[in-house]
Amino acid sequence: MSILVDKNTRVICQGLGKAGTFHAIQCREYGTQVVGGVVPGKGGTTKEGFPIFNTVAEAVAKTGANATMIFVPPPGAADAIMEAADAGIEIIVAITEGIPVLDMAKAKRFLVTKPKSRLIGPNCPGLITPGQCKIGIMPGYIHKPGTIGVISRSGTLTYEAVWQLTNLGLGQSTCVGIGGDPIIGTTQIELLKMFQDDPNTEAILMMGEIGGTAEEEAAAYVQKHVTKPVAAFIAGQTAPPGKRMGHAGAIISGGSGSAQDKIAALRKAGILTADSPADLGVTLQAALKRGR
Amino acid sequence: MKIHEYQAKELLAAAGAKIPQGIVVNNPQEAVKAFESMGGKPVVLKAQVHAGGRGKGRFKDSGKDFGGVKFIKSKEDVAPIAEVMLKYPLVTLQTGTEGQKVSKLLVQNAADIAREVYLGMVLDRAYGMPVMMACAEGGVEIEEVAHTHPEKILKVPVSPEVGLQPYQARRLAFDLGFTGDQVPQAEAIMMALSKVFLEKDCSLAEINPLVVTPQGEVLALDAKITFDDNGLFRHPDVEALRDLAEENPAEVRAAKSGLSFVQMSGNIGCLVNGAGLAMSTMDIIKYHGGEPANFLDVGGGANKDQVTEAFRILLSDPSVKAVLVNIFGGIMKCDTIANAILAAYKEVGFHVPLVVRLEGTNVAEGKKILSESGLQIIAAEGLTDAAKKVVAASKAGK
Repeated sequence: MSILVDKNTRVICQGLGKAGTFHAIQCREYGTQVVGGVVPGKGGTTKEGFPIFNTVAEAVAKTGANATMIFVPPPGAADAIMEAADAGIEIIVAITEGIPVLDMAKAKRFLVTKPKSRLIGPNCPGLITPGQCKIGIMPGYIHKPGTIGVISRSGTLTYEAVWQLTNLGLGQSTCVGIGGDPIIGTTQIELLKMFQDDPNTEAILMMGEIGGTAEEEAAAYVQKHVTKPVAAFIAGQTAPPGKRMGHAGAIISGGSGSAQDKIAALRKAGILTADSPADLGVTLQAALKRGR
Repeated sequence: MKIHEYQAKELLAAAGAKIPQGIVVNNPQEAVKAFESMGGKPVVLKAQVHAGGRGKGRFKDSGKDFGGVKFIKSKEDVAPIAEVMLKYPLVTLQTGTEGQKVSKLLVQNAADIAREVYLGMVLDRAYGMPVMMACAEGGVEIEEVAHTHPEKILKVPVSPEVGLQPYQARRLAFDLGFTGDQVPQAEAIMMALSKVFLEKDCSLAEINPLVVTPQGEVLALDAKITFDDNGLFRHPDVEALRDLAEENPAEVRAAKSGLSFVQMSGNIGCLVNGAGLAMSTMDIIKYHGGEPANFLDVGGGANKDQVTEAFRILLSDPSVKAVLVNIFGGIMKCDTIANAILAAYKEVGFHVPLVVRLEGTNVAEGKKILSESGLQIIAAEGLTDAAKKVVAASKAGK
């Protein structure tokens, strides 16, 4: 019924400041098994009912956690990611925005040595399998269990897309915010493969934005390997070159990364691509009707 | 964050790169003095601006036919040319038509050039790590070469942990066709480039061109560095190099309030939560025939103060004829944002139509607050309705 996370996923939260605590509670209220938190120096205490541990390794040993949600501020966030991977956490969701890109380059190379671990993000809203497990900051109620897989580089634009789907009666299998940074853990292609292999995902909605060439590569992958219907949207058609549009990774530079190039690549691969962000849901609906 | 050429060269020189002799000046008198102190030999006068394309640019309204990089042989020419450069704004392909005021010049020893190559370092998203790039043809637009002749660009992935290794630099130097004594000189510059890039959290560092003089000396003739904004917190020395005169005042002001803002040239101001939705909002305005005046992301937890400041920034742009607020309330509740909008609206004194589209958490309460306020706020249902209404309002106001 989903990819990556489900009702059996056991989640800890690294970084229980104001935001981390708020969202850990929200996730628990949604039904996620939030089994503890990691705050160095506060081990042995509890906060809002969450048992607190000094290290991720200790939290894993005592709670059996297999996923983590990271709110650690930028200077320590890459370290938190590596600590989680070293402790054997399988799904590492890094919400933190503003991590220096060279820190992420190092963390990403570290993760190569930890093949059991998968990083989602950073600078992302997280992921959700509706009705089962929410690890992130998205509003839970806009989602509905179903068969559409959602992949997005954005936060609120994902909510917009999910809301449009839900209003059309199209529920979601899993929605994954992959993050708005130049270096991210899990790419569109990896998720396309997972959704293609997931028997309960019927179609895929992919939201990209300017910067990099990940959407072009995803388009080529879809053409070759994906048999399920795919619809897409690219944000930033009006963005000027050389300017960072909020996300660290959303910048047209070196003559690549424009929305026009990405849309052309998607359409060339036969992917229905919405012109207007108001048409995300109906474009997916059209793709379902047409088939791949 | 960008810095000036002379600052970039100073960083590279401190890391061991050889650069041409040069003196930074603030006025024509200092320029003449610099010319004399450098031995009265030919110099290049270089306007210090962040924008690229200086050489091909022109000084607006100066009536002169030279750009921001000018070769000068005789002492008499130094002061008049420096005066033009410091008096008129420099217009290049990257500055916009207004141009950029120049406040510093680099007086640089005019090196004879036997050969030019391109050397750069950038974060490569596909590799997920920095790469050093080089091209045997220097002084070129590397982006153009990347498109037309990608095979001419040599790429060396650089480990973020240990940096460029001497063997990598050596191999790159040989591959670029350096010979004899030039090889260790080129290597030293490559090592310096990698050192600066990794130690100072750069996102781009370029030496274009790297030159060989007829005497066989290898020099970094021009340099450009851009820093990763996310890494600035650990480099107060880099932050100190910031030149606010080079940055858009509205963007600087927005950044102070934790708002992400980019100036555009249209007449519809936008206030949105989330970068992806903010870009999409600009897109849908354009899709329905309007022109966005800005990108503005208030972030996930915008409060009344931020919304007020955002409105002030939008309304201070005289070209703004209408404003669209597009909020998808997730964690930020619509009733909270509605109250913030009302408070900000009253405080700022709105003089153009305001269209508000709210969706998400507590949307009914949010809409009720706005409709019962008695203020002239145009409510919209959905993205398309919002875009159409704000485009119509922007045109009606003309």
